[in-house]
Amino acid sequence: MRQPHPTPELNLLEDQLRRFLVRDIAPHYHQWERAGIMPRELWRQLGAQGFLGADAAQAFAGAEAGYAAAACIIQTISAAGFAGLASAVAAHNEVAIPYVMDLGTDSQRQRWLPGMISGDIVGAIAMTEPSAGSDLKAIRGRAEKIAGGWRLNGQKTFITNGIHADLIIVAMKTDPDAGAKGISLFLVGADTPGFSRGRKLDKLGQNIADTAELFFENVEVGEDALLGGEGQGFACLMNELPRERLSFAIAALGACDAVLQDTLAYVQERKAFGVSVAQFQNTRFRLAELHARVEVLRAFVRQCIDRQSRAELGTADVSIAKLVSSEVQGELVDVCLQMFGGYGYMKEYPISRAYVDARGQRIYGGTSEIMKEIIARELLGR
Amino acid sequence: MSQAVQLDQAEIDLFRENVRKFMEKEIAPHYAQWEKEEILPREVWSKLGENGFLCVDVPEQYGGFGASFRLSAIVVEEASRAGFGGMASNLSVHSDIVAPYILHLGTEEQKQKWLPKMVTGEAVGAIGMTEPGAGSDLQGMKTRAEKDGNDYVINGQKTFITNGQHCDVIVLACKTDPNAGSKGITLFTVDTSLPGFARGRNLEKMGHHCADTSELFFENVRVGAEEILGGEGRGFANLMNELPRERLILALGAVAACEGMLERTVVYVQERKAFGVSVSQFQNTRFKLAELQAQIAVNRAFTTQCTNEYDEGKLSTVNASIAKLTTTELQGKVADECLQLFGGYGYMQEYPISRDYVDARIQRIYGGTSEIMKEIIARSVVGK
Repeated sequence: MRQPHPTPELNLLEDQLRRFLVRDIAPHYHQWERAGIMPRELWRQLGAQGFLGADAAQAFAGAEAGYAAAACIIQTISAAGFAGLASAVAAHNEVAIPYVMDLGTDSQRQRWLPGMISGDIVGAIAMTEPSAGSDLKAIRGRAEKIAGGWRLNGQKTFITNGIHADLIIVAMKTDPDAGAKGISLFLVGADTPGFSRGRKLDKLGQNIADTAELFFENVEVGEDALLGGEGQGFACLMNELPRERLSFAIAALGACDAVLQDTLAYVQERKAFGVSVAQFQNTRFRLAELHARVEVLRAFVRQCIDRQSRAELGTADVSIAKLVSSEVQGELVDVCLQMFGGYGYMKEYPISRAYVDARGQRIYGGTSEIMKEIIARELLGR
Repeated sequence: MSQAVQLDQAEIDLFRENVRKFMEKEIAPHYAQWEKEEILPREVWSKLGENGFLCVDVPEQYGGFGASFRLSAIVVEEASRAGFGGMASNLSVHSDIVAPYILHLGTEEQKQKWLPKMVTGEAVGAIGMTEPGAGSDLQGMKTRAEKDGNDYVINGQKTFITNGQHCDVIVLACKTDPNAGSKGITLFTVDTSLPGFARGRNLEKMGHHCADTSELFFENVRVGAEEILGGEGRGFANLMNELPRERLILALGAVAACEGMLERTVVYVQERKAFGVSVSQFQNTRFKLAELQAQIAVNRAFTTQCTNEYDEGKLSTVNASIAKLTTTELQGKVADECLQLFGGYGYMQEYPISRDYVDARIQRIYGGTSEIMKEIIARSVVGK
């Protein structure tokens, strides 16, 4: 219903996913959040139902359902209030799979994609390091050429799907003196000797999405592990970032829809001073403002989805989408939580989780400040 | 109150220094663990008592120092500054809400019975106002105290009660006359060892985890008329009289929390490098921090003024509401903007700013929501 361009196929997909979320996710979600991780088996269930890599090519076991289907999956999970799950799925569907699909050779695609689509292989993307977040060029992880391949050394952090991942797409410096042109991407299987996972990190929210540190100690990989060409890492990342950032905007929109709907129901039910909370002008005006902002946002995100479907989405446009959507989401969850009064602070109310889940959105995938800088460059140059 | 022991600035500073050292030594090493356990160990209350940090302004005849409110506030301020928002909330309720209620409204027997134990930490206090269907709208409460001979029989349910798991005494708001509106509300001191009293589960919250918060149940709890606090039917008026202090302590905690967050963020942005320079070199960082510092300074001045007014017995409901509204809104903003400067680390629980963020969120809700504060201020500006 809330999709940008509803078609019978998309409606069917959304309906099927919603039923899956209600039946197989909702009863356990709180428990998984407490555990700080979702069960590994869930990935195979998602795969079996066709929710992984929906737009990947049929030649590699994908459904070629188009980008709109991929977008619909993220939005539907998020609109059910499962932001952590949406993040985990987005890291796999909207980042790892497209990297392999877009940048991989046929043999790399053949090796990894069918398993990623079935859920047997969970993907993660490893860029951030302890001292290099927004400033990606400052990464220190090194890949040195050895006979027949590469030797990787380094440490990555804040890696979504870090505990479950079977395939890590890792950014390393292949030429430390070449700046952005010295970065390359590698496909590393988690069973490669020298690779290890650090502890699962305790986060403010999105607890179900396992986030971890990853260590590479003399990890030796073959020539065929290089993804997208030597020294091409930064350029590849730049090409793939629009899709990744758009997925955050789509997730933000889904979360806004869920929270607003929930809040509308609550303020109509809840009584204070003898009337429904929905009768107070403050409630009415604040919710009206939020609704207006969400609808404007929806139009922009819809436009971005169309452009992404035609492979025409620009960096500045997607930065606007990511900036505005995550800021709107942050404001919306804050204002809505306030409407719930003391109940909003209790974990048993979904608004409480929506609030902490939302806070990551203005940080990961490029902070709001980085988005502003990208937009400013478009306006003012460097 | 009026004859509070007067301390000079050096003595006040020394007291603050002692509280800080206590926080560093006795609280900081364990706090993350207590947050995980979602409750403070009972011994923390006794330790606070032994060190003289509970109910500091209770007169000496009831075991306290007889100091001014200012000194009591220092304990809450230092807990807040250190990033122990949950514990600050435990302490505020005990020392700055429940103890003053008993001190100001209680009979000599009530004071003798509870205050010395509250000073030592042997008895923990809680205040029972909010109910599932009555938060901001206090007059909507349903808990009943029915007269039965010389006794009252209490039935009802309260929720979101801070210190709900540890409390030994509750200042409980009940309806004694359901037809009399706000004049039908009476406060009682209720001993939690009485039959018919039961604690619900410790509620899972977004933050303030170590501040145990519970539902409380009263089923035919029988209390004597001597447990009435401040007169039958006087409950609402008494609450109104005591609210300025409750709101002021929340405001003071908020400002101290802001100062603590800002201090920690300043250290971080100076250390952290991005794009070859320290994050503190970016104009965005500098201007954001400057704005926050300016707002904190203004709020600090206003809360200091309110503290002076309170000590002189002159703090108005409106000024207390302005203080509560602006400081807690500022705290929310400081937490949000400082967290952003920590980047991904800000979203990790091991960084204190992550806890500061969730702890801050309740401040705009409890003790009167921002909306209630605005309504009170609006009444003074434009009338009812």
